[in-house]
Amino acid sequence: MASFIKAISYILPDTIVTNQDLVGEFPEWSVDKIAKKVGVVSRHVVAEGQCASDLAEQAARKLFFENDIDKNCIDFVLLCTQSPDYFLPTTACLLQDRLGLGTHCGALDFNLGCSGFVYGMALAKGLIESDAARNVLLVTAETYSKHMHNRDKGNRTIFGDAAAATLVSTSGFAEIGSFDLGTDGSGCNNLIVKSGAMRHQNRFDDIAFDKSGNPVSSDHLYMNGSEIFNFTLETVPDLVENVLRKNRLGKESIDLYVFHQANKYMLDCLFDLMEIEEEKAFVYMSEVGNTVSSTIPIALCEAKKEQRLSGNVLIAGFGVGYSWGGCVLTCK
Amino acid sequence: MDINQFVMDFAECFDDTDASEFSSNLRFKELEEWSSLSGLGIIAMCKKKFGVKITGAEIMESDTIQDVYDLVMEKRG
Repeated sequence: MASFIKAISYILPDTIVTNQDLVGEFPEWSVDKIAKKVGVVSRHVVAEGQCASDLAEQAARKLFFENDIDKNCIDFVLLCTQSPDYFLPTTACLLQDRLGLGTHCGALDFNLGCSGFVYGMALAKGLIESDAARNVLLVTAETYSKHMHNRDKGNRTIFGDAAAATLVSTSGFAEIGSFDLGTDGSGCNNLIVKSGAMRHQNRFDDIAFDKSGNPVSSDHLYMNGSEIFNFTLETVPDLVENVLRKNRLGKESIDLYVFHQANKYMLDCLFDLMEIEEEKAFVYMSEVGNTVSSTIPIALCEAKKEQRLSGNVLIAGFGVGYSWGGCVLTCK
Repeated sequence: MDINQFVMDFAECFDDTDASEFSSNLRFKELEEWSSLSGLGIIAMCKKKFGVKITGAEIMESDTIQDVYDLVMEKRG
């Protein structure tokens, strides 16, 4: 049995942080210039007390409403987040109840960042093709703003909060092809929130400021930008090659590339390195930023609105872990 | 690959600084335009043109364009 994406919807929290707002907070920094390079003009962040489950619920309700989906058809909930409401239970269990889904639903969380959507699709396809489910609600919901220090101008420029809901089913507009997935946990320290979980339950309170005035803290999101950049340049070209091989397609057969929208600068470098033509490279991040696991479904949603989803669409996610994955969607 | 070509490739990683300001002795981190993003541009240039991986830490340890050139040549073997 084949698996398809049937529908995608996404939501953004109400609070908008513009580049002008950031310049106001960091007048010493040429935020406007850098923001131009990273391709983000504004990003949305959650309010205090607003959690991943709240975004997930809104995104799922929007999916049902916009696409006229009977929620009773859902028989599995997959939820990807790195900012869950609780250590336990999983946010997926909360979501099943809050959406009023049947108790026949399976539900689980999985903890991934920028590769999360691709992994979720692989899991959903596995559930459908093993006959464990027929309609999988895949939700990516992330609130990295809660992990960031408020003086972390670099990460605050790039990241935004969001949630996307995708229905993976036995029919739909995009058939899900073969996957290539990978992991290199040796990169774990380059994108990490060190304290708060079991290894280091107590805060380190070790904040220090680097040469550019950015805070480095074990109690907040830490990203080694140049290491992540190198990881991406090393990994993504091979990932794309592997995805093409597994789907028995040549590069010329791909109509659109939808990569994880890390930042525009990195995407431009990747497209340049891989010699991907501009018209085949989809970028959507200026009003949303890097929304971690939601960047690919948001970009797919926008590409669909622009009627650019047709033929073979190669999606690829890569980041925290390190973790990466890609597949081909064959769109009607 | 001679150093002059490398200096030109290096200059292309910058948008606002005039190419004539670049020389092998330039302390590039003192440029007004310098930012961590410029460092990423240099990493990408070295990867694309020489197939060599240099790290952000190595760029931070380098003072002049000549230092980065020497590093790339050493890694290239």
